[in-house]
Amino acid sequence: MCLGIPGRIVALSDAESRLAVVDVSGVRRSVNIACIVDEAHPPESCVGEWVLVHVGFAMSRIDAEEAERTLALLHELGEAQAEIEAMRNSAAARAG
Amino acid sequence: MKYVDEFRDPARARALASEIAGLVPRIARTRERPLQIMEVCGGHTHAIFRYGIQQLLPDAVEFVHGPGCPVCVLPMGRVDDCVALALQPQVIFTTFGDAMRVPGSRLSLLKAKAEGADVRMVYSPLDALAIARDNPAREVVFFGLGFETTMPSTAMTLIAAKKQGLRNFSLFCNHITIIPTIKAILDSPDLHLDGFLGPGHVSMVIGTRPYRFIAEHYKRPIAIAGFEPLDVLQALWMVLKQLAENRCEVENQYGRIVPAEGNRQALAAIAEVFELREYFEWRGLGSIDHSGVRLRASYADYDAERKFCIPNLKIADPKSCQCGEVLKGVLKPHQCKVFGSACTPETPIGSLMVSSEGACAAYYNYGRIARSQVVDTTGLRAAVKVGA
Repeated sequence: MCLGIPGRIVALSDAESRLAVVDVSGVRRSVNIACIVDEAHPPESCVGEWVLVHVGFAMSRIDAEEAERTLALLHELGEAQAEIEAMRNSAAARAG
Repeated sequence: MKYVDEFRDPARARALASEIAGLVPRIARTRERPLQIMEVCGGHTHAIFRYGIQQLLPDAVEFVHGPGCPVCVLPMGRVDDCVALALQPQVIFTTFGDAMRVPGSRLSLLKAKAEGADVRMVYSPLDALAIARDNPAREVVFFGLGFETTMPSTAMTLIAAKKQGLRNFSLFCNHITIIPTIKAILDSPDLHLDGFLGPGHVSMVIGTRPYRFIAEHYKRPIAIAGFEPLDVLQALWMVLKQLAENRCEVENQYGRIVPAEGNRQALAAIAEVFELREYFEWRGLGSIDHSGVRLRASYADYDAERKFCIPNLKIADPKSCQCGEVLKGVLKPHQCKVFGSACTPETPIGSLMVSSEGACAAYYNYGRIARSQVVDTTGLRAAVKVGA
């Protein structure tokens, strides 16, 4: 109920009533897009967007830039880890 | 799926776990006792068990499972109220599937359905509204529950019902609100929490600012977290880093979904339809001031509590059930006397065993967790059965 699922808006079905069609892993259903529509984002701009769907409502756009930023940070952590690992190994090899 | 697989990369998970292990010795208090970090949201509880995150962590870091599973905190009397509504002949009672199997004192909604009540599972409150349109001669009641995550969808459905002039649709409102709940947890003398993983999807609606009191007043770090394994690990790493550096801040790991200011349209819909109740009764936690909402007077025509006679009785939990202690984090699920023996997901006694987001169901379903730490034999049996 609270987890939601990512989907992509593929068409508007009734812009007036804020209804659109979302594709979630190949399954299509009608969703309400009122929560992601405002002056800066008219209904037409939602088509093609990735959104998080909760109980029939698109509750949030998935911010690709933020997602990339989070992934980049994780990647750096991974690299730091590899670096530390390499340092540890080289120290061990020297002591060895 | 978009930004799902990327946040499940095992190599990165191992790297994060190792970073976390590196931070722990820098936090002085871990020398006296393990750090206790509460994940407030049931979705996080589920993720922690599903992906075996606890096993990746040093012994000095423990998750305390919070009360953020809306189905699990429903008092038994409220389930009885649902059943009483559902059994009225003119009523079609609509609910999310999660609530169907929660035991009442006599019946669950599922059993009431078997006895002839017209109970229908819906995916969305909008589906309940459609049922009302299709059945003008019947009264359709929607059972609204959940924190701020599901509140906007209920609110927008009611706004639509009013706009369409539907007279046979109403809400049995059991929505709850997160901030007073966290406050009650922080004021509880039983708990000594060191930090929080903040609920990702509640925060998508309310933003990050309402949590400031946790850092500023209670001096605890919090990181709002997403629901993939790397999200949970990264948020935990952020909390521990704050502890290591003696900082208390509200940080946001889930920026791809959670904007600092929340969702303006969703908040406006909530404000239009709901107002705070003076208090609300929780299973296991008792009454918490201002922790629930009800419909505003302008939506009285859509309020099932005004439209129908609801018993509203306080029913004590079965004696054997220790959901309350588990909800408060005082007991681990397997330490409950009936866990895995009398109480299983097939025959739940307590609500924590019903919902997939409940701590007990998660322990049971992913029971390989910490099998070596399971001391009592009933829990061990369950763990072995599931792990086999």
